[in-house]
Amino acid sequence: MTVSEITTWQGDVEQLKGLVSERALSGETMVLNMGPQHPSTHGVLRLLLELDGENIISCVPDVGFLHTGIEKNMEAKRYEQAITMTDRMDYLSPMGNNLVYCLAMEKLIDLDVPLRAQYIRVLLAELTRINSHLVWLATHALDIGAMSVFLYCFREREKLLDIFEIVSGQRMMSTYFRPGGLWRDVPEEFEPAVRDFLDYFPGKIDDYENLLTSNPLWLDRTQGIGFLSADDAIRLGCSGPTLRGSGVNWDIRKAIPYSSYDHFDFEVPLGQHGDVYDRYIVRMKELRQSLHIVRQALDNLPGGPVRSNNRKYVPPPRSELGQSMEAVIHHFKLWTEGFRPPEGEVYVRVESPRGELGCFLASDGSPKPWRVHFRTPTFVHLSALPHMAKDHLIADLVGIIGSIDIVLGDCDR
Amino acid sequence: MDPVAALREAFPDAVRDTQEFRGELTVIVDGVRIVDICRHCRDTAGLEYNFLSDVTGIDYLPQEPRFGVVYHLYSMLHNRSLRLKVLLSAENPIVPSVIPVYAAANWFEREIYDLLGIMFTDHPDLRRLLMPEDWDGHPLRKDYPLGYETVQFSFNFDEVDRHKPYAKE
Repeated sequence: MTVSEITTWQGDVEQLKGLVSERALSGETMVLNMGPQHPSTHGVLRLLLELDGENIISCVPDVGFLHTGIEKNMEAKRYEQAITMTDRMDYLSPMGNNLVYCLAMEKLIDLDVPLRAQYIRVLLAELTRINSHLVWLATHALDIGAMSVFLYCFREREKLLDIFEIVSGQRMMSTYFRPGGLWRDVPEEFEPAVRDFLDYFPGKIDDYENLLTSNPLWLDRTQGIGFLSADDAIRLGCSGPTLRGSGVNWDIRKAIPYSSYDHFDFEVPLGQHGDVYDRYIVRMKELRQSLHIVRQALDNLPGGPVRSNNRKYVPPPRSELGQSMEAVIHHFKLWTEGFRPPEGEVYVRVESPRGELGCFLASDGSPKPWRVHFRTPTFVHLSALPHMAKDHLIADLVGIIGSIDIVLGDCDR
Repeated sequence: MDPVAALREAFPDAVRDTQEFRGELTVIVDGVRIVDICRHCRDTAGLEYNFLSDVTGIDYLPQEPRFGVVYHLYSMLHNRSLRLKVLLSAENPIVPSVIPVYAAANWFEREIYDLLGIMFTDHPDLRRLLMPEDWDGHPLRKDYPLGYETVQFSFNFDEVDRHKPYAKE
């Protein structure tokens, strides 16, 4: 296609009817495609924008470019096999996804989880939150033009990925949480690595804040933009930092504590205005609160086993296989056939770095889940994006997208 | 206030059944009244389910009624959850959209329409969401096979390539 063909191409106007206003169809306003390949859409997200000059009249998100049919695929796998698929949904928070799926399985079969495993889960979930917030801060700042923050955040993220590698052998797709506990106990070098990070990281948060929090350029680009009132946030289903930036105090870790979050002391940071800047402030404070939780978990880490002793659902330790016939039978049954949870349907929600991550799990009593559905925060926040973007300048849209912290793998699944 | 008693009192003919499993309450209701029931759940003092967490669909093939639409409501004021479920027949999977009550339902209903083929009446923009616009069928239905792609090695490269659906010159 030559350049002149591209510029004179009219496209199929029929397809746009109902999505943009009549003014756009008559050529009075301009219709612009942002994405799917655009560096500040954080993945493959296409936005159909109707512009009057630089003002956004309407914004229609088009998602599904990363749809991999995870929910359908999980129906064809046994419960425990399907954990690996959850890592790949929200690839910045793999342990958070493992957690919600394992909690759903444990609720379905009423399985106990030893306290040590619960604490390690909390510890790693919070490190994952820091990991995810670091990538959010890096890309959000980069979109608005702060290049150095991007490099600093990725430098610190390396240390976290190293910790994940220590526990699970994988830097990103860890699959470390299993029904009834963990894959195995944390190795010796885990605690010193986390302590190093705890000493090292608070100063780095100060560095980021020195660069951004009262930087006039940053304030100009973020304050009073992407306004979301508390009522609208609830109405549109927003959760997590996006909701708390609007001043609604709802954190699932406090409201419906899971995995012994009620043993930990932490604050829930709130914003006041519901703009991009307040959502930034909430996440920066959350970084410090997460560190606080990690420190408590590490200081109070109880001893004991990290997997449930219920052999009908949790495979026996390797050491028993040479001595107990029963252990061999359980091992064989669990790894060939899988376990059979009772019939029923459960819904479990956790506070992922982005907001409410829910898992609806339906069982028909067979070793494979009948239906798995994930309620993902990015999905809901993207559906609220048109409301936030309306009447803003197109340059501010980039900041708004950054402030709701989207991960397209989380949205499309 | 007990949500089941409140719903039974307000909609005596629309509440079909209630179930409790692992401390989670499910109320199976008549699909035709779902908008009124949701509005009642949101606005009645003592219930105040102000937050729609999730809407999803489920295919119970070969059972009849075949489809279910599941609504997860949450009340921030009372810190309580409620699951509403609507059962739909295989021939006529249509249910009214709850967008007038919960704006958050918009994309969830589009997703269910896309993946399970359940229709939502009065939905402002019921298009496919995740699958391509011209896709045939609804992948999360149980009678829709899980596809796979043959791995392409050097010895069968051309053979596999011939069956690929992409546009050729």
